[in-house]
Amino acid sequence: MTAPFPTRKQEEWRYADLDALQPVWERFSEPMTVIVGAGEELEEVWLPVAEDVQVRRVSLALGEGAKARLFMLNTAPVYGRIELEVTLAQGADFELFGANIGTALSTNEIVTKVKHVGIGGRSRQTVRSVLNGKAVGSYLGKVEVARGAQQTDAEQSVKAMLLDRGATANCKPELEIFADDVKCAHGATVGELDAMQLFYAESRGLDPASARALLLEGFVMGLWDGAKDGDAIREAAREALRSVV
Amino acid sequence: MLRTTNLHATVADKPILNGVSLTVPAGEVHAIMGPNGSGKSTLAYVLAGRPGYEVSEGGATFEGRDLLAMEPHERAAAGLFLGFQYPVEIPGISYLQFLRESLNSQRRARGQDELSAADFIKVAREQAKLLEMDSEMLKRPVNVGFSGGEKKRAEMVQMGILAPRFAVLDETDSGLDIDALRIVGEGINRIMRAPDKGVLLITHYERLLEHVRPDRVHVLQAGRITRSGDIELARDLEREGYTEAAA
Repeated sequence: MTAPFPTRKQEEWRYADLDALQPVWERFSEPMTVIVGAGEELEEVWLPVAEDVQVRRVSLALGEGAKARLFMLNTAPVYGRIELEVTLAQGADFELFGANIGTALSTNEIVTKVKHVGIGGRSRQTVRSVLNGKAVGSYLGKVEVARGAQQTDAEQSVKAMLLDRGATANCKPELEIFADDVKCAHGATVGELDAMQLFYAESRGLDPASARALLLEGFVMGLWDGAKDGDAIREAAREALRSVV
Repeated sequence: MLRTTNLHATVADKPILNGVSLTVPAGEVHAIMGPNGSGKSTLAYVLAGRPGYEVSEGGATFEGRDLLAMEPHERAAAGLFLGFQYPVEIPGISYLQFLRESLNSQRRARGQDELSAADFIKVAREQAKLLEMDSEMLKRPVNVGFSGGEKKRAEMVQMGILAPRFAVLDETDSGLDIDALRIVGEGINRIMRAPDKGVLLITHYERLLEHVRPDRVHVLQAGRITRSGDIELARDLEREGYTEAAA
């Protein structure tokens, strides 16, 4: 049984490339389920594959005190979508570090729904996008804090760098909170490299173009600083950046 | 070697430097002391070319060249180094990569051959060791997760690797404990004490000067130099404070 094909009226599909999705929908209509049991830990690196359309839909359940840390690079030549629904039981900890690197006419998006259902859960989502040409890069992130999920601590940090006028970044952090003792922070910026970092690099002898290229690399590579096994994703991101910068 | 003449500078249209005239000959270390807000860091930034620090009057030359006509990276290639008061963090880029690209960029600008990865790592390890810094730290992203003191020490490792002709050191001593202060002081002497090199050492405190022993000490107040002397002046300041000593 194939689930009904999505429409753009659904908020979580609003920026999707449905024409590109249609031919492959059958393969991805049901999300894959991943369960991390109480007290267990999961660390995964999601690398791009060699296909024009790359879709990953995952439903992740974190048991009490479970930890999950995901590193993902979304850089499909036509359409890339990483969709994740996460449920956090009491004291669970979820970290996401994701990048959209897009060129030409591509659309790449990371769409998350993080549901805090137990007390004291913590979630961190960090997404960086680098886009040129007429590429579209999106992050749609919804955080839901259920009634009773007190002491939830949720953070979303979204930054995008547009290298051409025609490129588009959509950043949409969204909160739905039904508890009164929670910490939910989000920040989104689109734009410029940090002026102080640029000056620091130039003061060491890098010309402005090299300093920009280096900082752009750092803008993305900083995501993988905490990965235990980050070599492959570092290399893949470097290669993707070379085609964009 | 470094000369400023009646240097005036503004930051966000606010005048900060009001006529700084200073000459540091090759082979000398000059210290600049002064209270908070006197313009010490502004002077350092103006010399290194930070955007937004506008020179409104006067000038500065470095080995006879018009310093103010040069871009920050050209000043670096010419041999000028700024040790930052607050070294900047760059996530995602290791110290090794950052410094190798910086050094090779300088070398290309000077028409020298680039250093190979292996040769560079040798130099970097050696400099880290001389400043008693674990060379494993050079594999970490630039300044990320470094303590205040580690950042300052790393600035000196950078100086050792880049081997500048002239260093402007902006409060390199702040945030250092007594042992680190001695190591940094020895580092400055080792790297920069040479007949063809010079240093402008900006500091609040006299303590670093006991290690580095400046040839001249200048007091910067309200954007101009109000007194100059030898290290005794720094000792007076330490004892009496700026208001008394300047009077």
